[in-house]
Amino acid sequence: MSVNESLPVVIAAAAVFYGTPLLYASLGEVLAERSGVLNLGVEGMMLMGAVCGFGAVQVVAGPGWLALGAAVLCAAAAGAAVALIHGVLAIGLRANQIVSGLALAIFAGGSGLSSYIGNAFRLGGHPAHHEFSRIDVLGLAKMPVLGPILFHQNALVYLSWLVVAAATVYVSRSRLGLNLRAVGESPETADAAGISVAAYRYVHTLVGGALAGLGGAFYSLAITPAWIDGMTSGAGWIAIALVVFAFWRPELAVVGAYLFGALSSLTFVLQTGNVHVAPEVFAALPFVITIVVLAAVSSGWARRRLGAPAALGVPYVREAR
Amino acid sequence: VTAGLMAANLLLLLTGRHPLTVDVRLLDRGFLGAGSLSGTLITATPLLFTGLAAATAFRMQVWNIGAEGQLYMGAVAASGAGLAFGSWPTALVIPAMVAAGLLGGAVWGALPGLLRAYLNANEIITSLMLNYVAGLFITYLIFDSRSFWRDLASHSARVFPQGRNLAAGADWPALAAGPLEVPLGFGLGLVAATLLWFLNSRTRFGFETRLIGDSRPAARYAGVSIARTMVVVMCISGAIAGLGGASEVGDFRHLLDPRGLQQSGFGYAGIVVAALARYNPFAIGLVAILLGGLTNAGYSLQGPDLPAGLVGTMQGLILFFTLGGELLLRYRVRFRSAAALAEGG
Repeated sequence: MSVNESLPVVIAAAAVFYGTPLLYASLGEVLAERSGVLNLGVEGMMLMGAVCGFGAVQVVAGPGWLALGAAVLCAAAAGAAVALIHGVLAIGLRANQIVSGLALAIFAGGSGLSSYIGNAFRLGGHPAHHEFSRIDVLGLAKMPVLGPILFHQNALVYLSWLVVAAATVYVSRSRLGLNLRAVGESPETADAAGISVAAYRYVHTLVGGALAGLGGAFYSLAITPAWIDGMTSGAGWIAIALVVFAFWRPELAVVGAYLFGALSSLTFVLQTGNVHVAPEVFAALPFVITIVVLAAVSSGWARRRLGAPAALGVPYVREAR
Repeated sequence: VTAGLMAANLLLLLTGRHPLTVDVRLLDRGFLGAGSLSGTLITATPLLFTGLAAATAFRMQVWNIGAEGQLYMGAVAASGAGLAFGSWPTALVIPAMVAAGLLGGAVWGALPGLLRAYLNANEIITSLMLNYVAGLFITYLIFDSRSFWRDLASHSARVFPQGRNLAAGADWPALAAGPLEVPLGFGLGLVAATLLWFLNSRTRFGFETRLIGDSRPAARYAGVSIARTMVVVMCISGAIAGLGGASEVGDFRHLLDPRGLQQSGFGYAGIVVAALARYNPFAIGLVAILLGGLTNAGYSLQGPDLPAGLVGTMQGLILFFTLGGELLLRYRVRFRSAAALAEGG
């Protein structure tokens, strides 16, 4: 058995693979929350992305790269479209962001619009015509240890690295990112400085939705190349928790996402390794660990040092200063 | 609500179904047709409980999204009690099942409450994660273990795992009101609503929760223990949802049914019910019947010729329009012509 087939390497490669949808979704939520908008509808946005991306692949005729490119655009557009509903309610109409986000999760979620679309166009039960397959980058896939982890992933994984880098530079090193942080921490000050609070919030909510949609498409076009009702099974909620673990910083979202990717891959990896534990135990593991980690980071020093944006979840009303 | 229904109709039109005929059938299946009101009450009963559970917590700005899991755990505890004490007379089994359901839900609700109160962990996320854990737990009990709840005796159950049936003595009797059959659980839900109303508006505890909901600093200055109140509220909220689970077992299913419970999504729909009723316990009863009818009709329609997923879409739309409408109620929007403005009016 070569090094590349040993358990740690297999798990690490799977962690990157299964962690990628979580990474997209939590990056999106980081951007939205940094602008002060809490969007609990991530699960719904991911499912919309998953179903629309899958639908695009089935409909678009032509070479694989064209269909998959269209699917990525469709998934992002679908995520952004449902995020717009939340934006109008939470930013425009100043509704309670928590209830509005939950409404979005119900509306678009496993027994909502995503399922309706999937059934209305009979998308279930067929394999995808095209899927994102692994690319051997520069012929390095055979390299020991790093090969399968870094150089044998699909295009969406590599795109996610670009997005992380872009988001990190954007938030902490650019003029626009500075404005974004101002809007999230103190919208009054930002407004006084001539920054449009509403515009920044709308844009970041929409971008957040688009990224969640991409994350969802990763499920229907890479992990299980098919459409199944509610196929993200709670990943959207874990992504929301990951934002807290990442202390609202894009670069740290990578760590959490891959850690949880490793957890969710354990079920598949260990089952092939003849370990006899009930599958429910492994399936419950990410959720239980989320609770434990959340309890650990929320109390004590971590919270004092790196908190949430001050205006998170608070609608901005100009007159109410 | 009306706008929400209209939007749902638009969606039907867009996907090429005739909306009016669907509406007529919705009404027929939900409220008017023979026996349909009794059927509606079957769906309305768990919604009444989960709606009350959500409203109890939301009033205090504690976001308990875990009614779903608390309902499962209530069902586990109640069916356990029903199986264990099945040989007792009915008058004793039912209280035992009710108590077990309350306890099961309360314990599951207390977990996020404690985590929030003493470790400051966001209750939205923890209570939601516990939904998935509870769902996997009941699946495990029936599908992947040889537990007390699973039917291991009969032939078919060895091939298709299912829960053990409760003894006939543990079936909750329905209250007959003329031609209408009211499940015992619905009656219990109305009792719970009345108790909650009393607790909210006539006791010191109810005042304190409202105070915390309106302004945490003010409550702290007034000497209210926010942490303790929060845990108690989460316990009550969980207990009500757990009672819903007990009623699901006692009134309708008579066994622990992981698939059925998880497909229904009563816990999430309860959030819609609570928000529509503006957290008022009695209004929740009415909204539960209304939404129960819609859901019931939606499910009975979406099998043969309508795609599934209609129910959640409809619930979400109704909720969106309620939220949007609230702003219009709070601030009366006045449309004035440009000319009137120019005159300085």
